[in-house]
Amino acid sequence: MPGATVVAGGYMAEADLKSLPLDALHRRLGARMVGFAGYAMPIQFEGIIAEHVWTRESAGLFDVSHMGQLLVEGDGAGAWLETLAPGDFLALQPHRTRYSLLLTDDGGIIDDLMVTNTGKSYYMVVNGATKAGDIAHMQARLPAGITLTHMEDHALLALQGPQAVTVMGRLALAPAEADQPGFADLKFMAGARFLWNSITLGITRSGYTGEDGYEISVPAASAEALAEALLAHAEVKSIGLGARDSLRLEAGLPLYGHDIDTSVTPIEADLAYAISKRRKTEGGFPGTSLILDQLLNGAPRKRVGLSVEGRLPAREGATVWAGGRQVGVVTSGGFAPSLNVPIAMAMVETAHAGDGTALEIDVRGKRIGARVVPMPFKQKNYVREGTKA
Amino acid sequence: MSRLYTQDHEWIDVDGDTATVGITDYAQGQLGDVVFVELPEAGRAVTKGGEAAVVESVKAASDVYAPVSGTVTEANPALTDDPALVNTAPETEGWFFKLTLADASELDGLLDKAAYDAFVAGL
Repeated sequence: MPGATVVAGGYMAEADLKSLPLDALHRRLGARMVGFAGYAMPIQFEGIIAEHVWTRESAGLFDVSHMGQLLVEGDGAGAWLETLAPGDFLALQPHRTRYSLLLTDDGGIIDDLMVTNTGKSYYMVVNGATKAGDIAHMQARLPAGITLTHMEDHALLALQGPQAVTVMGRLALAPAEADQPGFADLKFMAGARFLWNSITLGITRSGYTGEDGYEISVPAASAEALAEALLAHAEVKSIGLGARDSLRLEAGLPLYGHDIDTSVTPIEADLAYAISKRRKTEGGFPGTSLILDQLLNGAPRKRVGLSVEGRLPAREGATVWAGGRQVGVVTSGGFAPSLNVPIAMAMVETAHAGDGTALEIDVRGKRIGARVVPMPFKQKNYVREGTKA
Repeated sequence: MSRLYTQDHEWIDVDGDTATVGITDYAQGQLGDVVFVELPEAGRAVTKGGEAAVVESVKAASDVYAPVSGTVTEANPALTDDPALVNTAPETEGWFFKLTLADASELDGLLDKAAYDAFVAGL
């Protein structure tokens, strides 16, 4: 039964897994390791609910070193990125970060990613399971004069939660360059390089939990020292992938390979905000005609949040019904520790996607009542530009 | 009364021709935080090795199998209000259901505590 659990949760078997720079630290801290995106990763330390709640109330340290860190450099790098993704990279100011989407020619989502203008290059974080495909996709379209570097010698940590800002503030981070913002000036979706014990860290104020926090790119050789330095603060605990998933689900954030994939357009995914205003007018990104048509006239289906009646969680793959007709499928679902109820995301026909629509989910032959609700399920706590730090 | 175990990590306490079934401490540790348990209704016939209950953790749903064949007489009502009992008291108050044995000879293939502990140690 426990072995089956691991499979049902979408994780891989233990064989042939690569290990990441914090592997030994995780094992010392008692992590349960599972295969994820080809790597041995911690799914939990003390337990998913406790870790989830800790992140919402204090600060959680996540190892996301399986994700791909890429650098795009060269004249015209921003214009080239605009041929791959619908962001306004030409207007993305130095030290600002944007959520974007790599798209197929017919408007499907190859991956979702974060792009930061470092001032000299574009730094991108892509999903672990898709990074090899992303790199191949970009290499095949790389023009002369632009280079794509996979920063395989760097680990990526995320410190997330309301106390993250306090803990990071104690690290005495010095700006790595004179013309960049100081650490205290970093607001949500901003990033820069800082020196910590003469080690260069690439830090963005971002994350995927719905909380304030940071993602920190660190040379692999210094990753464990940085993790230990963060964990030395009473506010910080190690958090596994299990809580990362429940946190992002509550925050209404899609998970690649589950809620979005190449068969889903940005409009169907309810990610129109990733299409910058100028690009909505000018187009020029893959799948422009379909995506702009859907933006104007609607898409046949839409990613929605569902509140689920009762206590029985509805999981990925469960079918969604309006009376006797199937109108969708659950793409992510589970128990929401901060809300103490089951919640789900589903892809449903647009006619049944309006807020408040009553639907049913088939869970093992049982019909469970559900209702379309706005996301996020749990209010996000970002510290945006113009708000007090 | 004696307690026996399966390689699927269920335990069964046998008392004459009735028995109580639950999952082991090892199993609850592997599952993590239990948030819902779907229990069989009284009167339902279960088959040795067949699905008898479903335990839902934060991450996933897992089947719980009947260690022996029989007829369910009672499901643990405490698990409806407090499914986390499976985590905190898996081998006592966190029991799943009681049944009447259909064939006591089916107990013969089950593990005793020493054999189960050795089995878990080898996982």
